[in-house]
Amino acid sequence: MAVTSQELDQLVSAKVKELVEHRLEQLVNERVRAVLEAEGRSADRPKRLAIASSKGTLDAAYPPLILATTAAALDMEVGVFFTFFGLHILKKKGLGNLKFVPVGNPAMPMPMPNLLGALPGMTGLATLMMKQTIKQKHIASIPELMAIAKESGVKLWPCQMTMDMMDIKPEDLIDGLEEPVGAATFLEYASHADITLYV
Amino acid sequence: MATGYIVDQRLDCKGLNCPLPVIKTKKVIETMAVGQVLEMVATDKGSKADMVAWSKSTGHELLDTREEPGLFFFYVRKAK
Repeated sequence: MAVTSQELDQLVSAKVKELVEHRLEQLVNERVRAVLEAEGRSADRPKRLAIASSKGTLDAAYPPLILATTAAALDMEVGVFFTFFGLHILKKKGLGNLKFVPVGNPAMPMPMPNLLGALPGMTGLATLMMKQTIKQKHIASIPELMAIAKESGVKLWPCQMTMDMMDIKPEDLIDGLEEPVGAATFLEYASHADITLYV
Repeated sequence: MATGYIVDQRLDCKGLNCPLPVIKTKKVIETMAVGQVLEMVATDKGSKADMVAWSKSTGHELLDTREEPGLFFFYVRKAK
């Protein structure tokens, strides 16, 4: 088949264009991947949730554990850093015995003058009532949520500084936790997170 | 609404509250084969929106939903 030199030119430049574009696409993809990996996040990595949990009451233990277990069910990668009173949630003696403190809580479900919350026994009573409600309404308990969190691979970090400050020994803590770490470890983890929460 | 699928497994989440229906759904889906369909029934009103979000986030396909008085049915096809 006879091909004029003009047609040949067109064919060659079309082929060159195709090859250059293909190679360019490859190089850009490689570059993007390398940049993402250098930042610690691969292009197809799961979303990440990082939570700092700093309070040790029954009501304050719910948000971090509900969000952590749900995020895991949504195929996210989750890490929770338990610091200050939040560490209480990880204590063998804390986990199932967290208290609900009525004093200074204007959002109490039952009508009660705020000052009464300070009376002896009121914390125990309010905790009992809260736990009854939780049970009646079939809401997961804190130990149940903790078990789900462990089972679904949520990373649970005790804060080393809090352990030192409050004289908490590793054997005082529940099983299935990560090694105790400091602020830098959590921050490094959180710096690659899509969602970061402080409770 | 999608039709023409067979339910391979059923999950009863009646009486359970947030976040348990979603967590249990995820747990059961993990034991199933790709392409199989799970029927989940819940009484938690929040699961109507939450199951849509769960499907969006995990990629498992929410084929269909339907309601009976006080009951919410979800049909999920395992995608991966």
